Amino acid sequence: MSKPTTLLDARAIDRTLRRIADEIVELNSGTDDLVVVGIERRGVQLADRIVALIEKQENATVARGALDITLYRDDLQTVGPRPVVGRTTLPLTLDGKRVVIVDDVLYTGRTIRAALDELADFGRPARIALVVLIDRGGRELPIHADIVGRTIDVPAGKRVDVLLSEVDDRDAVILADRDPA
Amino acid sequence: MTGPLGKDLLGLDELSAEQIRLILDTAVPFKEISERQIKKVPTLRGMTIVNLFFEASTRTRVSFEFAEKRLSADTVNVASSGSSVAKGETLVDTARNLEAMRIDMVVIRHPASGAARFLAERIDSNVINAGDGTHEHPTQGLLDLLTLRDHMGDLTGRRVCIVGDVLHSRVARSNIHGLQKLGAEVAVCGPRSLLPNAVAEMGVQVFDRIEAAIEWAEALNILRLQLERMQAGYIPSLREYNRVFGVTSARLEKAPRDVLILHPGPMNRGVEIDSDVADGPHSVILHQVTNGVAVRMAVLYLLAGGRPDLADAAKGGRA
Repeated sequence: MSKPTTLLDARAIDRTLRRIADEIVELNSGTDDLVVVGIERRGVQLADRIVALIEKQENATVARGALDITLYRDDLQTVGPRPVVGRTTLPLTLDGKRVVIVDDVLYTGRTIRAALDELADFGRPARIALVVLIDRGGRELPIHADIVGRTIDVPAGKRVDVLLSEVDDRDAVILADRDPA
Repeated sequence: MTGPLGKDLLGLDELSAEQIRLILDTAVPFKEISERQIKKVPTLRGMTIVNLFFEASTRTRVSFEFAEKRLSADTVNVASSGSSVAKGETLVDTARNLEAMRIDMVVIRHPASGAARFLAERIDSNVINAGDGTHEHPTQGLLDLLTLRDHMGDLTGRRVCIVGDVLHSRVARSNIHGLQKLGAEVAVCGPRSLLPNAVAEMGVQVFDRIEAAIEWAEALNILRLQLERMQAGYIPSLREYNRVFGVTSARLEKAPRDVLILHPGPMNRGVEIDSDVADGPHSVILHQVTNGVAVRMAVLYLLAGGRPDLADAAKGGRA
């Protein structure tokens, strides 16, 4: 067991989120029809922070949503039911909207695959973009992020944890040992 | 294939308080699915569920079928009339034949107490008890608990009275077990001829007068009075039952507080419950029906899947 390394501290996260917020507005040429959707759990808090930043910067109201992809996973038959299923709250329809999915860490891409399936059940957005705080590589599906906070090479046996003060004790991105199997 | 509830759901008597809370907590997000325009998630895609109903049922069967379909399972309904059961096939033979066609779950309603367990011990599929004789009706108990919790919050110390034919009621038994495990105080009220002899041993209060029950309770769960009970001599007449034990608005007006009204259905309006109570402001009877679908989705989800052998192979990947 080695000591966890801090990759991003609170100030670095804050700086990264401000850049991400600007890039989202640029990517969508404004805030019209924009819907920022966070993936449970920490994607939701990140989405909330990003929306607050955009609203302050652009002086506009931005729609937000939360997505719990538990019921769209592809591993129920193998891993079994997750103990806690979160809530999905989205605007009534996504038809014609410019949806931005926000997640903390992009790894295999399976969560995003499930999120895309779930979004499709709520309508036909004009465009869906993906924003992640950390891209750690290791994709198992042909999925890439449109806006990335930080790209990190993660050595075997390590994992990336994003801590956010809303649910954890502080803001930080740390590199820790993977739980023993 | 065992998840957090084990292989089967046979009764609330054998679940822990934690397991009951897990089902209720899981049911909450499932409610939202039924409010969507596309009321379907792919969770149980590829699973086959047989609804094996040896007794008449509309609400429970339809509720299970909605729950199954909204989770994308494939469903087959088998009723006793018009099936090989009517030709004298035994329960186990029927189920084994269905299993030979590769099914994953059986939802069973049967007039004999213990039928669900009997089946569960003999087949590999998950078995869900949808009512067995006078034993238990666990998903009804769970949806009653969820409805009570929606309106009252934590049920610890809350007072719930079950009114009517407790003796023949599997709903009453599931409710008593579930409520007690969640820490509620439980009472029953009805004619002595329709209360089990040993009812006090279940740790419940007994009220002989509905007025006293209404004064005590924060919620009444009013059971259906099965009309056959009159022929069998348990009660003298329906009119007299209504006069003595009927829940009427005149009686509820005397209560020191608003009393929540539950009924598992189908109702006999004017017998155990008056129409103005059933349709009144404190009635949550239709909320129970809505919650029924969510609770059954939660049970199906928690019983499904979970293959440790395959999980090992999948480990390492974060979905």
